[in-house]
Amino acid sequence: MKEETTTKLSAGFQCACESPQPPPHRFSMPVYLAAGIAGLAVWWLVYERLEMVAAFLTYGLLGLTPSGHLGEAVFFFIYETPKVLMLLTLVVFGVGVIRSFFTPEKTRAILSGKREFIGNILAALLGVVTPFCSCSAVPLFIGFVSAGVPLGVTFSFLISAPMVNEIALGLLYGLLGWKIALLYAGTGFFVAIFAGWIIGRLKLENHIEDWVREIRANAVDLEDVKMTWHDRLIYAKDAVKDIVGRVWIYVLAGIAVGAGIHGYVPQEFMASIMGKGNWWSVPLAVVIGVPMYSNAAGIVPVVEALLGKGAALGTVLAFMMAVIALSLPEMVILRKVLKMRLLLIFVGVVSSGIMMVGYLFNAVVELPFFVN
Amino acid sequence: MEIKVLGPGCSKCKQTETIVREAVAESGVAANVEKVTDVMKIAGYGVFGTPAVIIDGEVKCVGKIPKKEEVLSWIKK
Repeated sequence: MKEETTTKLSAGFQCACESPQPPPHRFSMPVYLAAGIAGLAVWWLVYERLEMVAAFLTYGLLGLTPSGHLGEAVFFFIYETPKVLMLLTLVVFGVGVIRSFFTPEKTRAILSGKREFIGNILAALLGVVTPFCSCSAVPLFIGFVSAGVPLGVTFSFLISAPMVNEIALGLLYGLLGWKIALLYAGTGFFVAIFAGWIIGRLKLENHIEDWVREIRANAVDLEDVKMTWHDRLIYAKDAVKDIVGRVWIYVLAGIAVGAGIHGYVPQEFMASIMGKGNWWSVPLAVVIGVPMYSNAAGIVPVVEALLGKGAALGTVLAFMMAVIALSLPEMVILRKVLKMRLLLIFVGVVSSGIMMVGYLFNAVVELPFFVN
Repeated sequence: MEIKVLGPGCSKCKQTETIVREAVAESGVAANVEKVTDVMKIAGYGVFGTPAVIIDGEVKCVGKIPKKEEVLSWIKK
């Protein structure tokens, strides 16, 4: 806004004043670039030393023994907390810059009138980069459907947006390596595309609540605000403040649970419950995960600890997807626009997709290949 | 002046309402601030992202928390 008024003013005074003042708080591109590189270097220097400092604090200062239960749990907590928060900050900032190029309105315009299969793929991809908060799922749903986005395509977006998100990917990458992050992204897209496509095939349009179909409100189009690089960086900074400010408590809780598992759960225990040998572990993981509400930031440290204790990769991936993609509060919100039958089909199709992913990976994947 | 803050009641929507009320108090403009939480009504305004701010029937912002300066600039016209 400030930017805009300045431009308007300078435009008005242009004839009177030959040397227009540059707008305040703006630097040239190289300055941002240099600051960015310096910032990254400092970030990396601190990040590299976290393990050393955590070891010093746990085993040196507190005098805990490295192989003891308490020692392992405390070390996990002291090491992972700053590590996860630092990673989260970096990733949210980076994605914030990318997201400043997208809005739900643009996404809707891209998706409206797209053919089904292509539309499902596009929707799943756009779900990752479009700024979206789960509380606006309902208005967004109505907006998509009334703009002529096919129902199945809308669902692909609604599944992919929370599931394959920047927080999940960034943390998986940082804590478990790029292979698992890529695997998660790939299978997450698969579930979103597949589930959306199935729902589209089932022709369930008449199971949307009637009042939604009657709405033919024309979407309000706010004029496309031109963003400068300065605006984009501010946008990303605000995203960090907002997201990290909101999720740090989940992160701490997740790491605390992870630390408990890490220090106290015996190695064989998880392998026996969540190991490959049990066919029922995948559905159980999904059934437990669906009503649970946590965000990616809280669940990834738990996932890391579970994998470390011998849980099978497919089972753990299924658990994580179920927790992030489906949640009870979201169902309650969506019930306002979906009739019960469609809501149940939605949950059923997504859960089946997640279970397929779980079984597939338990069947074909050797864990050591994926965990660096 | 009629100001409507649209949002089903998540934390972002509450923040938006607080910011709008503060801006109104600060500017001294006589304005009626109303929070709309009903999704049916929200959709009826043609707004497909929340939080959103509508001033005298004109949609000012959709899908993000406005800054206080922005709100001030909308209501001071």
